Amino acid sequence: MESIIQIKKLNLYYDTYHALKNVDLDIPEKTVTAFIGPSGCGKSTLLRTLNRMNDMIPSTRIEGSVQIGGTEIYSEEVHVEALRKQVGMVFQQPNPFPKSIYDNIAYGPRLHGIRNKAELDQIVEQSLKQAVLWDEVKDYLKRSALSLSGGQQQRLCIARALAVQPDILLMDEATSALDPISTLKIEELVQELKSKYTIVMVTHNMHQAARVSGQTVFFLNGEVVESANTDTLFSTPSDARTEDYISGRFG
Amino acid sequence: MIRRIEFDHQLDELRSLLQDMGKHMEEALANSVESLQTLDAEKAQAVIKNDVQLNNMEEQIMDIGSRLIVTQQPVAKDLRRILVAFRIASDLERMGDLARDVAKVTIRLQGQKLIKPLVDLPRMSDMVRAMVSESIESYLTENTDLAYKMAQDDDQVDHLYSVILQDLYSHLTSDPDSANQAMLLIMVGRYIERIADHATNIGESTVYLVTGHRPDLNQ
Repeated sequence: MESIIQIKKLNLYYDTYHALKNVDLDIPEKTVTAFIGPSGCGKSTLLRTLNRMNDMIPSTRIEGSVQIGGTEIYSEEVHVEALRKQVGMVFQQPNPFPKSIYDNIAYGPRLHGIRNKAELDQIVEQSLKQAVLWDEVKDYLKRSALSLSGGQQQRLCIARALAVQPDILLMDEATSALDPISTLKIEELVQELKSKYTIVMVTHNMHQAARVSGQTVFFLNGEVVESANTDTLFSTPSDARTEDYISGRFG
Repeated sequence: MIRRIEFDHQLDELRSLLQDMGKHMEEALANSVESLQTLDAEKAQAVIKNDVQLNNMEEQIMDIGSRLIVTQQPVAKDLRRILVAFRIASDLERMGDLARDVAKVTIRLQGQKLIKPLVDLPRMSDMVRAMVSESIESYLTENTDLAYKMAQDDDQVDHLYSVILQDLYSHLTSDPDSANQAMLLIMVGRYIERIADHATNIGESTVYLVTGHRPDLNQ
């Protein structure tokens, strides 16, 4: 399978703290990849590296190579805005704008220059349909996004990320603030989306990784301990530390 | 190595139940064949009566294992430990049924004399008992070498069974009066041979537990 993300010898430091150590990782296109590991292991740091969210943290230093679709994303020619259009992100807490449902979705496309009402309408409908939210909100598009439930807000955020037609969707513990039913809906949505998008998720819920992802990467102390097909990693992991972690012996 | 105290305790409980089932099964086999050698119906009855204990222990293993799956959501080797416990318990339960079938033959032969002193069947039973003991040992110590040895032992048992078959077959054809008993003794050989197959299954389960791959030792 084609790798859309290629990470080579990546080291990341926050000041003197060495948060990612010599990470080598390939992420295949149009699959779901889950990052697991105990708190502070570097999984969220690596996720944020993929759309340069770490740029906002001062004193961050990065060495090594991160290529997306063959382009070195930390090179000077790359515009962060263009990168983030290509690599969308959904966070732990749903963070809709205090605007209408419609305007939340149309925000990104407008920012990228789309003004035509019919075109925007179509993007809004299509994005909400992809996020399996359309049927629930189609009659209330002018209502505030904040009136939605937490699970709906999170699907709205996914729809908003999809509206700018990214290639990659990053999900940073995107269901950890949601109830089981909303979590299930997002997990099912992820299964739908993987035919069109590459999804990389950080999750503290190991069983979610096992349910949803095709590839799982286990991090410990800033290093990739093991990266494997999810079935293999959860049934016959090759590293004893992986087995200990997924079996609840530490972490 | 914290947080798992209760889980590990329950896994130990599964192991010790299987160990008990193994011992129980060995006794059942020894007693059933002894009852046949001496045509001791009382001993045979005891084997039949005690079989319910094996069934109960299998149910206990099913209950503990299911509860662990639901509450602990085990993965990797932890999950295999439970799946393997289910499989071994079911093998041992079937072995118990086969020992009971041997005891039933003793009861059917009540009032008769043996057509010949039994030598090869007890020998076969001893071999199979050793297999049962070793198969459980291979599981408890996660010893795959011992598990693979089951396949060789099983071949020896199969060989002895074919010798017994030939011998009893000659009784079948040469002496119509003893044909009925010869038939029953052939079935006893078959029951014991099946027990060896189940012991070999236990060896397979051990290999699966340790490696995550299922070999076929029963070829």
